[in-house]
Amino acid sequence: MSSDLSEIEKHDDSHPELNAHTDALLPDPGMHEHHWRPTDVDPKAEKRAERQVSIFFGLSALCSVLFVVAYFTIKPGYDGDVWAGYGASNLALGASLGFALLFLGIGVIQWARKLVVDIEHSEDRHPAASSPATREVAVAELKAALQESGMARRPFIRNAMIGSAALLGLPAIVMLKDLGKTNAQITEEQPYAGAGLEHTVWDAGVRVVRDVVGTPIRPGDLEIGDLVNAEPSTIFDGSLHGAPLQIAKSKAATILLRMDPNDIVNDVTRNWSVNGIVAYSKICTHVGCPISLNERTTHHLLCPCHQSTFDLADHGKVIFGPAGRHLPQLPLGVDSDGFLVALSDYPEPVGVSFWERNTYDIDEIFDDWSKDHAADAEQYGYKEGGQ
Amino acid sequence: MSTDTSKVAASNGTNAAAPASKPTKAGAAANWADERLGLGGLSKFLSRKIFPDHWSFMLGEIALWSFVVLLVTGVFLTLWFKPSMAEITYQGSYAPLRGIDMSEAMASTLDISFDVRGGLLLRQVHHWAAMLFIASMMIHMMRVFFTGAHRKPREINWVIGATLLLLGTLEGFTGYSLPDDLLSGTGIRAADGFMMAIPIVGTYISFFLFGGEFPGDDIIPRLFTIHVLLIPALLLALIGAHLILLIYHKHTQWPGPGRTEKNVVGYPMVPNYISKMTGFFFITFGVTALLGAFFSLNPVWKFGPYDPTKVTAGSQPDWYMGWPDGALRIMPGWESHFWGSTWSWNIFFPVIVLPMAAWMVVLMLPFIESWITGDKREHHLLQRPRNAPTRTATFVALMTFYAGFWAAGGNDIIAIKFHLSINQITYFLRAFVFLGPIVAFIITRRWCISLQRHDNEKLLHGYETGTVIRTPEGAYHEKHLPLPEDEAFAMTVRDRGRAGEEPELKKNGKLSLRAKLRAFYYDHDVDKPTPEELSEAHHHAEHEAHALAAHEGHQVDGHDFDDHRHSAIEEPLSH
Repeated sequence: MSSDLSEIEKHDDSHPELNAHTDALLPDPGMHEHHWRPTDVDPKAEKRAERQVSIFFGLSALCSVLFVVAYFTIKPGYDGDVWAGYGASNLALGASLGFALLFLGIGVIQWARKLVVDIEHSEDRHPAASSPATREVAVAELKAALQESGMARRPFIRNAMIGSAALLGLPAIVMLKDLGKTNAQITEEQPYAGAGLEHTVWDAGVRVVRDVVGTPIRPGDLEIGDLVNAEPSTIFDGSLHGAPLQIAKSKAATILLRMDPNDIVNDVTRNWSVNGIVAYSKICTHVGCPISLNERTTHHLLCPCHQSTFDLADHGKVIFGPAGRHLPQLPLGVDSDGFLVALSDYPEPVGVSFWERNTYDIDEIFDDWSKDHAADAEQYGYKEGGQ
Repeated sequence: MSTDTSKVAASNGTNAAAPASKPTKAGAAANWADERLGLGGLSKFLSRKIFPDHWSFMLGEIALWSFVVLLVTGVFLTLWFKPSMAEITYQGSYAPLRGIDMSEAMASTLDISFDVRGGLLLRQVHHWAAMLFIASMMIHMMRVFFTGAHRKPREINWVIGATLLLLGTLEGFTGYSLPDDLLSGTGIRAADGFMMAIPIVGTYISFFLFGGEFPGDDIIPRLFTIHVLLIPALLLALIGAHLILLIYHKHTQWPGPGRTEKNVVGYPMVPNYISKMTGFFFITFGVTALLGAFFSLNPVWKFGPYDPTKVTAGSQPDWYMGWPDGALRIMPGWESHFWGSTWSWNIFFPVIVLPMAAWMVVLMLPFIESWITGDKREHHLLQRPRNAPTRTATFVALMTFYAGFWAAGGNDIIAIKFHLSINQITYFLRAFVFLGPIVAFIITRRWCISLQRHDNEKLLHGYETGTVIRTPEGAYHEKHLPLPEDEAFAMTVRDRGRAGEEPELKKNGKLSLRAKLRAFYYDHDVDKPTPEELSEAHHHAEHEAHALAAHEGHQVDGHDFDDHRHSAIEEPLSH
């Protein structure tokens, strides 16, 4: 405290620091003499200004009334009258309210400019710091308070008070714990199908159905170059509602693309395809936008949000843009009725990266998948090396 | 402060001479309030406060009034908006979506738009005012920094202002996310991706905010509470503190006749500014109302309700979120995997680290500057941007950095409109965000230094009149006239030389980092002329005037082509 005070001693009442740094190269001409405005000296101009202001106020009042009239006479709604491409109600209400406010504002400003005294004044400044005298008194009072309360003499209870007050932050923080379950809890408890970041509702034998309508797909339904937005049939079987349905959709969205089987350049991609039909997660591995822009001739899929581009002929690898990982591929097969089905859930978590995600390269993913699922997948026509 | 109002609009004074013995009703009310609240002191303190006049001091006021418009329209919107993600079937009057399942939030937004009279207007005015709020804060911030108004004692107000800008941006994001339409849902999903990318705690943050897995059914009500309670309360408190400090410090002013570091010259709060500010509030509100009437904004009915399997092409956030989105777009796809964990540098760096770092830099600017210059004095007179070339160039460099990312946020739009390759735009912008600011810095600084030289030129040799005189020998001269007294004086009110003390050398005799930065800061800075230079120039000007006058066939006063702008001073410079 004392060192601060000595700093302040430099200020005195003449405030030298406020004028220290502008050497006068030219003399200060000083404040100008006041010029009277026409409205100050000419009664006609004054009357005119008064008239202008009252006209603005009058127009404002008129617009307010028009607002009320428009409110009660013009129907709102999309089907309502349309004027020049605008919704009639919105246009009438907005214009009348806008002009009511604008005219009122212009009137007040005109009043202020033409009729309110416009004489300049000069007011003295003081440094932001309090004066040394004030500061001395304040410090003395603080010291006295410290003395009288015994804060300095009884450090133990003082520290105990500070400590216990600080611990009161704990209940506030702990309370936040039940904001939501963690990924680990949800994954373990499986409160709904496909719960947790590592899972989706896809599973062995789940049919691949068309988005929106929910009809199953035969491989023959797709021609080369066709792209279909697909979902697992689970979405349409009525077992999921509300939030679990939204969560399921947000992870299970899938894209089917049929390409010439000879265009596929990656063995894993070929193993998981049916007659050149490949299925990939629709959820971008960057920040999770649903990907939708397909370049038909190149099998490139572009995310409309941040332009990450993935090559569907080559295990969905990133060929441009900010995404850090390939798109997860869904292994496809055909069930006994001839419809496309998944051979398993996605072999790796879909969508955005998260810290706990265990990330492997595509060949390791395939080896792991083969160990767990290849045998079961044979009933859906799976055969390593091509179907 | 006695005012000569003898002539002021005579009609103002007709009622002023009421007898003092009989108090008016207003007087009685004021007396009643003062006896209980002691308002007299506060009123005396505030009502005759002097504020200087300049158009650029109005920019912050636009932000203030658009915030008030946001409060007013926002309260109306809460009367009809239902912050719920419960799924219902829409049965309102917008036919294309009738019978479609959507959240109550989306359905009530449609109701506000189509079934509440004036509801669409309120929505649009609220959204336009939000745009204006953030834009005016940014422009206000530029004004403050370019004119040196952030210097001591106003650094804390700068910090408060920068915090207001950050909170305003978050308020905007939480606000446009509320309707739960396809576009805003895509934004929330991206925000979930941002959170997940934070190492170690990201997944927890996301699951706590969303009440479990994305999207869940908690996020809209939670964003609503943040949007209508938490952030507005902080904004109100900080705006209050911002204004209290403004009044305590008194407003900065431009140098000019009678204006010094020790005074503030202008008009009093009452009646001048109270009336101008009231008028300006109505004008701000009126302009946003007209924008809401004539310009459609965020037509959520065209996007439809949020569906996590769908996306619209050209998905873009509101403009003020554009620059982190641009950073996200041009960032290379770097991701590392160690020991079963995934580190998403490609997301964490551009949208978490970069904006926070940029905000910290902006926050620290006044402190960094005073540390470099060693200038610890109070400043109340503003500087022209040219008179602090390095500062001006630094901020222009920061603005260029921002602009590069902002452009990247629309790289798909640029590609479509200008028929360019999106890949090449991305590669170009990756280089531009690093090289652009450097080039902008160099150009701006040289530009400022040239303007300083030009100012000195004008002080010493007068301004160009545009009158060219041919001597009998065939030589041509342009006639220069001295600057008007006020302009010349205002130009000379600035520091000579470097502020603060020269930093000491390090023990090993080398320059410290601070000393090097200080040398760089002031490098090539042009000082104002010395008194000797000024008087010599004036003598020279007199000689020249005489010499030229001898050649002149007729009297040319130099005002033939300049609308007689300086009729007050006709004699040549002589001091």
